[in-house]
Amino acid sequence: MFDNLPLWPTAASSHARYEDWLFIFLTVVSVVMTVLIFAVIAVFAMKYRRRHGREATQIEGSLLLEIGWSIAPLGIMMLMFAGGAVLYFIMRSPPRDSAQVYVVAKQWMWKLQHMEGPREINQLHVPVDRDVELIMTSQDVIHSFYVPAFRVKQDVLPGRYTTLWFRATKPGTYHLFCAQFCGTMHSGMIGEVTVMESKDYQAWMTSAAPSGSLAQTGMTLFQQLGCNTCHLNDVQGRGPVLKGVYGNPVQLGDGRTVTADENYIRESILVPAAKVVSGFRPIMPSWQGQVNEEQLNELIAYIKSLNPPPTGEAVTAGAPGGTTPPPSAK
Amino acid sequence: MATAAVTTERKNYLNAEYGIRSWLLTTDHKRIALLYLLSITLFFFIGGFFALLIRLELLTPAGDLLTADMYNKAFTMHGQIMVFFFLIPSIPAVLGNFLIPMMIGAKDLAFPRINLLSWYIYVAAGVLYIYCLATGGVDTGWTFYTPYSSMFSNTHVVEAGLAIFIVGFSSILTGLNFVVTVHRMRAPGLTWSRLPLFVWSHYATSIIMLLGTPVIAITLVLVVLERTLNLGIFDPARGGDPVLFQHLFWFYSHPAVYIMILPSMAVMSEIIPCFSRKRVFGYTFVAMSSIAIAAIGFIVWAHHMFVAGISLYSALVFSCLSFLVAVPSAIKVFNWTATMYKGSVSFSTPMLYAMGFIGLFTIGGLTGLFLATLGVDVHVHDTYFVIAHFHYVMVGGAVMGYLGGMHFWWPKISGRMYPEGWGRLAAVVVFIGFNLTFFPQFIVGYLGMPRRYWQYPPEYQVYNVLSTAGASILAVGYLLPMVYLLWSLRYGKIAPDNPWQATGLEWRTASPPPTFNFDETPEVTWEAYEYDKMPLPEEVTLER
Repeated sequence: MFDNLPLWPTAASSHARYEDWLFIFLTVVSVVMTVLIFAVIAVFAMKYRRRHGREATQIEGSLLLEIGWSIAPLGIMMLMFAGGAVLYFIMRSPPRDSAQVYVVAKQWMWKLQHMEGPREINQLHVPVDRDVELIMTSQDVIHSFYVPAFRVKQDVLPGRYTTLWFRATKPGTYHLFCAQFCGTMHSGMIGEVTVMESKDYQAWMTSAAPSGSLAQTGMTLFQQLGCNTCHLNDVQGRGPVLKGVYGNPVQLGDGRTVTADENYIRESILVPAAKVVSGFRPIMPSWQGQVNEEQLNELIAYIKSLNPPPTGEAVTAGAPGGTTPPPSAK
Repeated sequence: MATAAVTTERKNYLNAEYGIRSWLLTTDHKRIALLYLLSITLFFFIGGFFALLIRLELLTPAGDLLTADMYNKAFTMHGQIMVFFFLIPSIPAVLGNFLIPMMIGAKDLAFPRINLLSWYIYVAAGVLYIYCLATGGVDTGWTFYTPYSSMFSNTHVVEAGLAIFIVGFSSILTGLNFVVTVHRMRAPGLTWSRLPLFVWSHYATSIIMLLGTPVIAITLVLVVLERTLNLGIFDPARGGDPVLFQHLFWFYSHPAVYIMILPSMAVMSEIIPCFSRKRVFGYTFVAMSSIAIAAIGFIVWAHHMFVAGISLYSALVFSCLSFLVAVPSAIKVFNWTATMYKGSVSFSTPMLYAMGFIGLFTIGGLTGLFLATLGVDVHVHDTYFVIAHFHYVMVGGAVMGYLGGMHFWWPKISGRMYPEGWGRLAAVVVFIGFNLTFFPQFIVGYLGMPRRYWQYPPEYQVYNVLSTAGASILAVGYLLPMVYLLWSLRYGKIAPDNPWQATGLEWRTASPPPTFNFDETPEVTWEAYEYDKMPLPEEVTLER
């Protein structure tokens, strides 16, 4: 293949093969249709070109043809819809035991926090053949996390979390782009995703010299901020016990029930009065402007780590609490 | 300019009165159409200038010709000018304005003074936009996504937003005028089932203008308010929701795509029967598909937001609905193609544009299916694949239709024939230049090149070089008609009343038409497109 004339993007994730086949199916249908239309126009234009002594034959139309060329394309399009919907469904459903990485986007930089502790900027190292889920938020405007080789893209919004997952299938280094226009250096908000063999990844993880897992940093912060004066570990304090809260339904004072996912925990830290747990008074102060996005991630990681590890499932290396259920679809 | 060039003995709308006052205070729909023609042509060339800057910058992977900020402003203003100041008014305000009253046998639109007002509103908005441009411009992308536009951009977002807010009213008034005119002013005997498809398509367009435009107006006002008064509507730091903006924006801006393409389809439905000497195949289906496009077009907006953070299930619903809107478009393409069957096809300039339109619109439409397919859209969303797709529809479709229509009705508008040889040459140059510009962008988009990138990885360069080369050919293709159409005003052959032997009522009056279009109100006893009752036109010759 010509080095300077790439025709097909590298496919390096479990989604990529599926997406490529879908794309090929669509391309084949489109090429057939385009060639058909071009050919018919060319044939009609030549065969029925204006000549002396031959008049046009007036035809009103044909109900049968109209129905035919409405239904047939609709049928093919519903196949496209189904194929795309299944892939999208898979893309939006991260496996329960995915390794989680927090992503904080800002103009014009990607900041990443591994559960095990290492932090990276514009670089993401992941092991091959392992499901990885990114939990992403933005400090300022909307960005979009895009890795063409994985065929995944997800907008990263300020004020809430969006998620994206992939399973890398081929070691290598791939482009990471910001795909949503975000200001002056939008095109400079790029980086690399490095997919490594398992043992190389372990070596990298060790050499990245973590000062402790994200949850441990979060626990330290939890104590520094004095959260533990109200949120006691085992007995009821002025705030609810946080152990086992993550991923489970919470009964609110107004009768509603919400799931305590990342977005709920985030809101409860920043705007505590918004959804107060039943039986508690709205006495918690807001931490808006006092903890930054990365610290929020550390606190959430700590709260997640308080969940007892479910039996029978793999324990995420380095995260004290172990595995977590998937955050609900947003 | 036009007044000085045209000299005919008969009194017509061009020589009925002279002087700048007679133009600026006219209520004649034909003169207002020409005022629009001049103003949108000006904006087309400003927008085209920015396109040129973009293509030159992208010739090399490094950001070297412009600064990053200049580049961001260039693509923003290219998009905003082309969408709001050229494409949306193009065919409706020029050809629609000129032709609809004549096609239905009326003296003018229902509200001639509102028609003039709509042009003044357009001009006011245009002046404000040029002021915005001259004082530094705007860099939000034509989409104004929040919170970047409302809280972070350091450019003239308020001016640009207000200009687009204002220009929307010109479009609302045009739509209102068309709807009332079509309902109330049809000549005796001109029933709905006898209406030219041009009118049907513009009727559908007008409904979108009336129902959709207020939403973008409100949305832009909210952006301006958030920016000036710090209200928390879209900015999450103030309790707002940035995705709400996208819903509101696309609720108008997706139907706006149909505001741009339906009038082009209107032109096709006139040109193809005329140059095939045949009644249009499946009249009712072509007419109703315009209405279907307008209706379904309002319920597909969130297909622009599959990776924006909307729920899984709303994405599924919007994907499915988006496929539905492809059906009426397909019906049109099939019917136009079938119209050529057993016809008597001539390769005159308008027909070349029409055949080009069908081809390019087919590619534009089919690649739209890729974007409606959820799993595929995740990869190609916000890449050059999307850029290529919508340029195939907007430029390959809408602009080809506009040029085809300008040639088709030029004898009626100006009273002169354009040089046929140059016309055909330009149509072919536009077709080649267009494909060379935009086809490589499908490939580089699938490779992953994001849109709105000032600098890009070097492996994408080949495709960008091809694209820039194509753009320079396309520029020649657009300049050619400018030159020979102006030339024809003085040197072109005098046009007969009906040079193409077309069936529309507009061809049954003089070229150029008298101020009140018809000497006496016509009475219609025939269906549209009765080409069997028309003689063949004189053979169009290639000599000038």
